[in-house]
Amino acid sequence: MNPDDRMNKTNPSSGWISHWRNRHDAFGWLAIMLHWLSAVLVVGLLALGIWMVTLTYYDSWYTPAPQLHKSVGMLFAGLLLMRLIWRLSNPSPAIHGKRWEIGIAQISHWLVYALLTGIVITGYLMTTAEGQAISVFGWFEIPALPAAFNQQADLMGDWHRWASYTLIGLLVLHIGAAIKHQWLDADGTLSRMLGRKVSSP
Amino acid sequence: MKTIIKAGFITLIAASSLSATAADYVIDTKGMHAAINFRIQHLGYSWLYGQFRDFTGQFSFDENNPDAGSVSVNIDTTSIDSNHAERDKHLRSDDFLATDQFPAASFTSTSVDLDSTGNGTISGDLTLKGNTRPVTLEVKGIGAGNDPWGGYRRGFEATTELTLADFGIDYNLGPAAKNVELILSIEGVRQ
Repeated sequence: MNPDDRMNKTNPSSGWISHWRNRHDAFGWLAIMLHWLSAVLVVGLLALGIWMVTLTYYDSWYTPAPQLHKSVGMLFAGLLLMRLIWRLSNPSPAIHGKRWEIGIAQISHWLVYALLTGIVITGYLMTTAEGQAISVFGWFEIPALPAAFNQQADLMGDWHRWASYTLIGLLVLHIGAAIKHQWLDADGTLSRMLGRKVSSP
Repeated sequence: MKTIIKAGFITLIAASSLSATAADYVIDTKGMHAAINFRIQHLGYSWLYGQFRDFTGQFSFDENNPDAGSVSVNIDTTSIDSNHAERDKHLRSDDFLATDQFPAASFTSTSVDLDSTGNGTISGDLTLKGNTRPVTLEVKGIGAGNDPWGGYRRGFEATTELTLADFGIDYNLGPAAKNVELILSIEGVRQ
């Protein structure tokens, strides 16, 4: 281990990255911004969703909360689409960790993308099951599909809920792994996601 | 002997004409000339209408003996439709109809008090969310006669009002929405 590496172990970040696109050693700013904006929206939507279903008829948030959830959810769908396009059209930096950790990281990252996509789609199909469009903050409307099946809202609602609970489990794993990499392994994984320059361990 | 035969013949004719009018009808859910609608106050400011899309039923009605009539209807509660996906999902949930547990509702008449045109009342048992309660329908005979396709039809409209709590539905929709009105519009095809 040379002195440089030792320094990186104890202080892995040194300055900010300056590239927008991903590179093989680091995410670019666009991916980083999409990630953190998604993080805020996903945590917010999960919390809002869990809370709003406990509201009853005479709660003042009974109608505004689902409207907010749907509006933000549809905007998040656009963000997710951009993120997936960017993810697939860019290299991804090497994943830190042992071979099995890398395998689990890859599986769980794609599972997170799949769940996010599924949650967005089931949410849309639940609300539009009887032909109503989804209004996004009253700015514009996303129309319903022309066909629906019987009790579509119920089945899509079940899937929406269970996919969301599964996602919460994966997010706990994701955050736990980020903490482990940053502070136990000290490999700068979290610093890298915050736009700091990190030398590869 | 001749008179006995004659009397027998007349009785036979009378009996056959009686059985021709004491007819059984199947509610026309194939051609959907029938609807089970409901309406409930929204906050006391307006009427919200909805319907059950899937149901079957039959009735019998005899103009000469209308009180001998009967009616039974079976309703698929999962088919509730108030033209709003999220509301219908909520109505199917345990807060309201619990359709997973109680997918069927039914009405069976117990006593019929109608005149020869079909106006009057029908009492019967309504089963909803697993609770059976007596209800009385206010009935109007709308009309009867041949249809243009070789059949014979008869139609009624019936209304009644339920207290939701009587059927184990106690979700708080406010003081103006404790009751719901049922409006059954049914046409039967004589069998």
